[in-house]
Amino acid sequence: MDGINGLITGFGVALTPMNLLWCLVGTTLGTAIGVLPGLGPALTIALLLPITFKVEPQAAFILFAGIYYGAMYGGSTTSILLNTPGESASIVTSMEGNKMARNGRAGAALATAAIGSFVAGTIGTLGIAFLAPIVVDWALKFGPAEYFALMILAFTTVSAVLGSSAVRGLTALFFGIWLGLIGIDLQTGQARFTFGVQELFDGINVIVVAVGLFAVGETLYNAATYKNSETKITPLKGSLLMTKLEWKRSIGPWLRGTAFGFPIGAMPAGGAEIPTFLSYYTEKKLTKYPEEFGTTGAIEGVAGPEAANNASAAGVLVPMLTLGLPTSATAAIMLSAFQSYGINPGPLLLQTQPALVWGLIASLFIGNVMLLVLNLPLIGLWVKMLQIPAPLLYAGILVFATIGTYGISQSYIDLILLYVVGIIGYLMRRYDFPTAPVIIGMILGPLAEQNFRQAMTISAGDWTVFFTRPLSLTIIVIALSLVVVPKIYSMARESKRRQSLAR
Amino acid sequence: MAGDGGSNQRGAADAAPATGDLLVALGVVGLAAVVLWQAWEIPVSPIYAKVGPTLVPIMAGLGLLVFGAALVVSAAHGGWQTEDEKAITPDRLALGWVLGGLALNVLTIGPLGFTLASVLLFVCVTRGFGSRQPLRDAAIGGAFALVAYLGFAKTLNINIGAGLIENGIEWLIATVRGR
Repeated sequence: MDGINGLITGFGVALTPMNLLWCLVGTTLGTAIGVLPGLGPALTIALLLPITFKVEPQAAFILFAGIYYGAMYGGSTTSILLNTPGESASIVTSMEGNKMARNGRAGAALATAAIGSFVAGTIGTLGIAFLAPIVVDWALKFGPAEYFALMILAFTTVSAVLGSSAVRGLTALFFGIWLGLIGIDLQTGQARFTFGVQELFDGINVIVVAVGLFAVGETLYNAATYKNSETKITPLKGSLLMTKLEWKRSIGPWLRGTAFGFPIGAMPAGGAEIPTFLSYYTEKKLTKYPEEFGTTGAIEGVAGPEAANNASAAGVLVPMLTLGLPTSATAAIMLSAFQSYGINPGPLLLQTQPALVWGLIASLFIGNVMLLVLNLPLIGLWVKMLQIPAPLLYAGILVFATIGTYGISQSYIDLILLYVVGIIGYLMRRYDFPTAPVIIGMILGPLAEQNFRQAMTISAGDWTVFFTRPLSLTIIVIALSLVVVPKIYSMARESKRRQSLAR
Repeated sequence: MAGDGGSNQRGAADAAPATGDLLVALGVVGLAAVVLWQAWEIPVSPIYAKVGPTLVPIMAGLGLLVFGAALVVSAAHGGWQTEDEKAITPDRLALGWVLGGLALNVLTIGPLGFTLASVLLFVCVTRGFGSRQPLRDAAIGGAFALVAYLGFAKTLNINIGAGLIENGIEWLIATVRGR
C-alpha cells in the first residue's frame, strides 16, 4: 500500500470518536508529562503498558503516539520557562528560549516552539507515510544476518556514539542486554540467570526496569541534589501572537530544522541531539541578528532546534515501524507494547496490520493539531502545573511508580526489583552513565540474539556469514568505524597532550 | 559512595584514584564475574552446541568485564567525573528519607494495603525533599493514593493491594448502592 492510500485508510481509523478521544487523552497526558520535570514519555508509556491487556491495539498505540508527541511539546515549555531541560534534546531550546523568556519574550519563544513543533511534526509525519513503504520494500530483502548487523549499528550509535562516553554507554548497554537475557531461553527452554527464583522465569518486566530507572532513580537523584538546586520559573510575559518579523525569522529555521531532524531520526542509528545542535549552529551562522544569540535570546535558536527535535522524533518511528528497530528509550517501550499484543514490528507489519499502522500515522497528524491548540491557547494551564511543589511531585511519582509495578503484578519480587533498579539508576545518574541504552539493550538484545542464531543456523554455524553478505558487512563496518575512529582520534590527541605536558 | 576522593587534587593531570568512581567500576567488574559464572552454569544440550543458549550471555559477560576493567583504569587515574561533579556531595539525609520510605513501603504494602503504605511512602519522600508538614503531606498522599487506587481498581479492573481502607471503601460503595 502506498502512502496516499495508506493515509486514507488511516484517517478512517483515527477519525472514529473513540480513537479521537484516545488521541486527546494521549496528547493532553503527554503535554502534562512533558511539562513536569522528571517525567518523560518512556516512563509514562511504561506505566501505561498494562492497558495493553484491556484495550485494542489501535487505541493503545494512538494513546502512546499522543503521549510521545505531546511530551515533546510540553518539554519545550519547561525548558523555556524553567531552564531545566528534561531531556538532552531540549538543551538547545533552553539555551536561547530561556534567555528570551528572561527578556520578557516568553510568549514569542513558546509560540515559535509550538508552531515549529507543529510544522516539523506534520512534515515529519508525512515523511513517515511516504518513507515507510519504501523502507519496507528494501527491508523485505533483509535476512537475519542483515537484521543482526542493523541491531549492532543501533546498539553502537545509541550507546557509544551519541553519549558523552563510549565506555559508560556500552557498559549501560551490556547491562541492559544482560537484563534482557534473564528468564527462560525460548529456543532451548533453558533458564538463564534466574538464580532459581520462579518469578524470574518469564524474564524481568521492562516496566519494572523503565520505571525503576526513570522514576525511582530520578527521584533519588533529585532528592540528593535538591538542596543545591535552584529552579525559578520565569513568568510568562509577552504576547503569544508572534509579530510579522518573528514569523519571518522563524519559518526558515523551522524548515531547516525539519530537514536536519527527520532524516537523522529516521536512520537506524537515531539520536535527537545531533540534529538539534546542527540546527542551532546553522541558524547562528545564517541569522541577521547574531548579537541576540546568547544574550537576549534569538528566536531562530528556539525555532530551528525545536523543529529538529520534533522532526527527529517522527523519524525515529520509521525504523521502529518498518524494521522493528527502536533507537530511543520511548520507541523501545513502544516496541515492547507491540510484543505484548503478539505483534512483531517489521517489514510485514504494514501488510498484516495496515489499519493499526496507518491509523497510528493518521493520529499523529490529528494529534499535532490538538497539540497546537493545547499548547498555545491553554498554555497558562501548563504553567500552573510547573508550580506543583517538588516534594509533592516526587512523592506522587513514587506512589505512581509503585502502582505501575506492584499494583499490576502483586509481586514482592517486582517491587524489590523496582527499588533495586532505582538505586542502580541513581548511581548511573550520579556517575554519568546514560540510562536509555539499558532499555534499548533490554528490548533489542533478545531480538538481536534471535537473529544472530537464525543467521548462524542458516549458515550452518559459519561465523563469516555476517561478513560475506555485502549489506551486512557494510553495516557492521559502519558500526565499528563509528566507535573506533573517534576513539583513535581522541587517543592520539590525548597522547599528544601528555607529551606536551611531560615536556 | 561520594566521589570525593579525587576532589582535593584539582588541576592535576593524573589525579589520585576517585573512590566513588572506583567503587562503581568494581561493581561493574563484579557484575561481569557473576554474569560469566552464571552463563557457565547454563546447561547446554549438544544439539545446540553451535549457537547455544550460552553464547550471547557469555558475550554480555565479557562486554561488562572489558568495559568494567576500562572503568577501573579510568577511576584509578582520577575518575571520569569532572571536578564540578565531584564537588557536589549528595544530600545523604534526603537520600536516607527517600530510601527509608521505599523500604517501609516494601514492608507495609502487604499487611497494611496500598493506601496506608502509600501514605507512609509519601510522607517520607516529602520529608526527604524538605517538607516539614507531615500531617498535610499525609492527607494529600492519602487522597492521591485513594484516587489512584480507585482509578486503577475500577476503570481497569485491576486489584492493587487491597487493605483495611480499601476494603472499607468497597464496603461503603456497596452499602450506598443500597444492598
